[in-house]
Amino acid sequence: MRTVRRLPHVDRVAVEERASTLAKRSIKAEAKLQGIRLAVSMLDLTTLEGADTPGKVRQLAAKAVCPAPTRPEIPSCAAVCIYPALVGVARDAVAGTGVQVASVSTAFPSGQSSLGVRLEETREAVAAGADEIDMVISRQAYLAGDDARVVEEIAQVKDACGEAHLKVILETAELPSYDHVRHASMLAMDAGADFIKTSTGKAKLGATPGVVLVMLEALRDYTQRTGRVVGMKPAGGVSTSKQALHMLVLVKETLGEDWLTPERFRIGASSVLNDLLMQYEKAQSDRYGRAEDFSKE
Amino acid sequence: MTAPLERTRVRWDYSPAPESADHVRLRDAYGVFVGGEFADPRSGTSAPTVNPATEEPLAEIAVAGAEDIAHAVSTARAAQEKWAALPALERGKYLFRIARLMQERARELAVVETMDGGKPIRESRDIDIPLAAAHFFHYAGWADKLSYGLAGRDARPLGVVVQIVPWNFPLLMAAWKLAPALACGNAAILKPAETTPLTALLLAEICQEAELPPGVVSILPGDRATGAALVRAEGIDKVAFTGSTAVGKDIQAALAGTDVELTLELGGKSANIIFEDAAIDQAVEGIVQGIFFNQGHVCCAGSRLLVQESVAEAVEAKLWERMQKLRLGDPLDKNTDVGAVNSGEQLERIETLVAAGEEEGAVRRTVSCELPERGHWFAPTMFTEVSPVHRIAVEEIFGPVVSLLTFRTQAEAIEKANNSKYGLAAGIWTDKGGKAFEVAAALQAGVVWQNTYNHFDPTAAFGGYKESGFGREGGAAGLRPYVRVR
Repeated sequence: MRTVRRLPHVDRVAVEERASTLAKRSIKAEAKLQGIRLAVSMLDLTTLEGADTPGKVRQLAAKAVCPAPTRPEIPSCAAVCIYPALVGVARDAVAGTGVQVASVSTAFPSGQSSLGVRLEETREAVAAGADEIDMVISRQAYLAGDDARVVEEIAQVKDACGEAHLKVILETAELPSYDHVRHASMLAMDAGADFIKTSTGKAKLGATPGVVLVMLEALRDYTQRTGRVVGMKPAGGVSTSKQALHMLVLVKETLGEDWLTPERFRIGASSVLNDLLMQYEKAQSDRYGRAEDFSKE
Repeated sequence: MTAPLERTRVRWDYSPAPESADHVRLRDAYGVFVGGEFADPRSGTSAPTVNPATEEPLAEIAVAGAEDIAHAVSTARAAQEKWAALPALERGKYLFRIARLMQERARELAVVETMDGGKPIRESRDIDIPLAAAHFFHYAGWADKLSYGLAGRDARPLGVVVQIVPWNFPLLMAAWKLAPALACGNAAILKPAETTPLTALLLAEICQEAELPPGVVSILPGDRATGAALVRAEGIDKVAFTGSTAVGKDIQAALAGTDVELTLELGGKSANIIFEDAAIDQAVEGIVQGIFFNQGHVCCAGSRLLVQESVAEAVEAKLWERMQKLRLGDPLDKNTDVGAVNSGEQLERIETLVAAGEEEGAVRRTVSCELPERGHWFAPTMFTEVSPVHRIAVEEIFGPVVSLLTFRTQAEAIEKANNSKYGLAAGIWTDKGGKAFEVAAALQAGVVWQNTYNHFDPTAAFGGYKESGFGREGGAAGLRPYVRVR
C-alpha cells in the first residue's frame, strides 16, 4: 500500500483575502510605467492553437522581440511559448535577440500519453532549439494519490531537458484545493523544477490571485529551506494590465524585489500585451487609444 | 543557444498615491451640537484638533462645560418622550436615512477620519466607514422588531443615555453606540474623544440632513473633565463608555449607588493562539492583522501572541519577514499599511512600555523604516523571549507592538490565554475544527476568532470578560443595554 498523502494546511478564506487586499495597491504615475515595462519583459508571449502555423509564429516572435517600435524603452518579452512542432520556426525568428523559445511538452495540455512519448517529445523540442520546456504534471497520477510517480516523471523530464529550463505546470484548476496546490508545488520543486507554473490556459480557471499567492508562498519556503532559487509563472486568465500589475504586487510583497526579474518570474499570456501597451500610452498621453492602434500579431 | 536573459534589475516601488482631500470642507470651528443646532459652548472653552501625521491643526473644537451638559440633558429629555412615542417603524426610517447619508458622504468621512486620527485611508475607507453605516442599517431593521430580539418581552427605552467613545475608531464607535440606543427609543448625548472629534461632528451634520428630530442626538465635544462631568450629570438614565480600564473604574465608582445604568467596554491584552497544525502563512497574516491594524490602537488587538513551541521558530521568522513589508507613512496614501500614532501622549505610553520590555529582558526587534519628520510615529515592533511575568505580556500597550510567548500543549495555551486581568478577545489558529471549538469554549473572552482576527460585523455581539468590561454591543445582544425589559 502507498503511504497516505499528508497535505499541508492552507486557509482558503485567508489566502483569498490577502490576495484581494494586495489587489488594492494603487499603482500610479512612474510606478505604473515602470510596472508595465517590467511586466512586458516578463511575458512569455504565447500561442497554443491547433491552427498555429509558421507564419503566425513568426509574427508573434516579431512582436515579442519588439513589442512597440515607437517606444524604444519598452523591452522585449522574455520568451515566445509555442507547440513543439513550431520550435524550429520560433528559434529562427528570435535568433540573436535574447528572446527565449519556450515549448510546451509532455502531451500538453492533458499529459495523457505514455511517459516514453512525453520524454521523446521533450527531447525533440530541446533538440529543435527550445530554451525552456513547459511540461504538465500527470493529474492522472496526482489525483490517484501516486505522488511518487509524479515526482519520478518530473525528474525524468528534467533529465530529458538537458540544458533547457523546466517549467512544471500544475494545472491548478484541476486540483481539489489550495492544500493540494501547495503540496504539488513542493513536489515539483523537490523533483527539480526550475519554474512552477499555474495553468495550461486550457482549463476553466487560470492563474487566480489566490493560487498565485499560495504558489509564491510555497516557493519562498522551498527556496529558504534549500537555498535553490525557483521561479514562478502564472498563466491563463491574465488579460489586463491591472491583473498583470497585481501579479507583480503579489511577487513584490511575498518574495521581495529579487524576484521581480524575468529570470525568476514570468507571465504566460498573449492578449495582455496590447492592453499593457495601451495603458502605457494612456499613462503618457492621458488618452485611451483604440484597439486598432496596436498591432495584432 | 542565444545569450541568457540580460536585464537590468530595477527596484520597483509604488509612487505616492495620496487620496485627495480637496473635497473636504471643514469649518474653522465647531461648537456643541444640541437641539439639532450647532452653537458656541455656553460655559466651555475650545481647543484645536490636530492631524497626528503632520501636527497641523484641523479645526477649533468646543470643549463643553457644565452649562452645556445641563442644557443637553434637558433638551434630550424633552426630545426623548416624543422620539419614543413615534411608531417604531418611523424611528427605523430615520436610522436608514442616516445610514444612507453616511454612505453618500463615505469618501469625505474616510478622509476626515484619517486626517484627524492618523489611521491609514485604506482602513477608514474599507473598514471604519462602511462598518459604521452597516451598524445603522442593522439597527434600523431592529427598531420595529425589538420584542423579537428580546425573546418576546416588552421593551421600554431607558431614556437619556450618555455615550463616551474613544479615539481609535471615532465614527465606528459612535455608530456602535448611537444606532442601538436610537433604535430602542432613547435620546443620546455623545462625547467624542478629545483628539478625534471631527467625524462625530460630521455625523451631527448628517443628523440634520436626515431631519432627525432635534434633541434626539446631542454631540458634546470635550476633554476628560467634560466626560467626568457628563457621567455625573443630573437626570441621565444610562452611561455607555468605551475607553481605558482606569477611566472605566472611575465611572463605575461615580455611579455606584445611583440608578444610572452602565455598560463598559474597556482594555484588553488579547491572546492570539497559533497551534502547530495551523495554516502558518495565513496565521502570520492574521497576526499582522491582529496587532498592526490601526497601529495597534485596537482594544481587542492580538497583542499577546501565544505560539506552540514546535512552530515558534518558523512563525517568528515568517512574522519578522512579513513585518519588513509593512508600509509605514502618510496615512492618506492608499498604499500605507501603518499610519501615525494618534497622539504624542499615546506615543509616550508606547515608548515607556517598550522600554520596560527591554529592561525586563525581552528581546526587541523593530522594523527599520524611515519615519516622517513631523507627527507621531512608532515602527512595528516584535518582542521575543517574553515571559508571562513581563509588563509587555500583561499591560495593554495600545500600539504596534506584539509580544511572542510560547506554549507546549493545548491545556497550557488555554491557561496562559486566561491568565490575564482582561478578557476581551482571542484568536485561535488551527486546521482542526474540533480543537477550535474546544479551546473557544474554554477561553474567557467575549469574542473568539477562529482562523481570522479583527473581523467585525454588526450582527455579532462584542464585549468583555473581567476588567475588559461588561455589556454587549452588536447584534440582538446589543439591544439589551438600551432597554428595560418587562
